[in-house]
Amino acid sequence: MPDQQLIENLIPEELCPDSVIKQLTRESALNNRRMKLREVVELLNAKVVSGEDQLNAEVEFAFASDLMSDVLTLETDNLLLLTGLANLQTIRTAEMSDINKIIFVRRKKATDEMIKLAADNDMILIECDYSMFKTSGMLFGSGLKPVY
Amino acid sequence: MHFEFQIEGGNFSKAGAASSQLKKILKQLNVDVRVIKRVVVALYEAEVNIVAHAWEGIIYIDIDTEKIEMKLVDKGPGIADIELAMQQGYSTASQEVREMGFGAGMGLPNIKNNSDLLKITSEVGTGTTVAMTVYLNS
Ligand SMILES: Nc1ncnc2c1ncn2[C@@H]1O[C@H](COP(=O)(O)OP(=O)(O)OP(=O)(O)O)[C@@H](O)[C@H]1O
Ligand SMILES: [Mg+2]
Repeated sequence: MPDQQLIENLIPEELCPDSVIKQLTRESALNNRRMKLREVVELLNAKVVSGEDQLNAEVEFAFASDLMSDVLTLETDNLLLLTGLANLQTIRTAEMSDINKIIFVRRKKATDEMIKLAADNDMILIECDYSMFKTSGMLFGSGLKPVY
Repeated sequence: MHFEFQIEGGNFSKAGAASSQLKKILKQLNVDVRVIKRVVVALYEAEVNIVAHAWEGIIYIDIDTEKIEMKLVDKGPGIADIELAMQQGYSTASQEVREMGFGAGMGLPNIKNNSDLLKITSEVGTGTTVAMTVYLNS
């Protein structure tokens, strides 16, 4: 890791032991973590139902909510939305909020109508069997950041 | 440029169609993406409010080189206390509306947040008019 090399060159071993540097580097790596959607799908054992061509896209922030009123107040770009609300307004809300990555948790399924609207807006839709808590926890643990 | 859209109260499958159209128009006009987001979030909240709380409505949109003006005129129950309705968390939304992911009482405050000018007038038993303006260089 280049970060670690840099720190080692700057700080002599007697002032700052290797173990501390490793810990700091690991934290900074986690802090700058982005995930490819392909990794997200693998981690969650999930299924892509629309927008397969976007699996190489990267994501840094995620937000979990069933409340579209909440989603509409967000200002972060390039957000992954986790939701248990699977209806047309989920897709509409994402469209208005410039969100194009959605994971449906709790075994909720996207309807054909939702898939069509998502495709019109170049979105990727992912279905996941885990609960909101488990899904969020796994992604948070992998370094995805909260919006607030 | 002038556009008009009809809104049906209660029809959640169509809610957002007007906002979606406007978004496409603004993209074609090469409006800044941050401005587009403010405009369509504000319009979508107001559009969903007609679907959720009123019987029917018309959206009038005027775009010039400086600003986007949107006026939503609905026939519906009206709002008795607009100041109260503007407060975050105040909602009279039905169970059905809540099941659609709305009804947190956040829409009107969010419209205020995303628009440069906002004026709401209402007559109980007749309807509500929401007029909002977003400046293109805001
Ligand atoms: N067009 C309207 N006609 C009648 N009442 C309205 C209208 N718009 C808003 N209201 C009233 O104002 C309240 C607050 O509106 P607001 O948009 O802030 O919240 P909401 O629609 O209830 O929930 P959310 O917007 O978070 O989904 C509504 O619950 C409703 O009582
Ligand atoms: Mg509302």
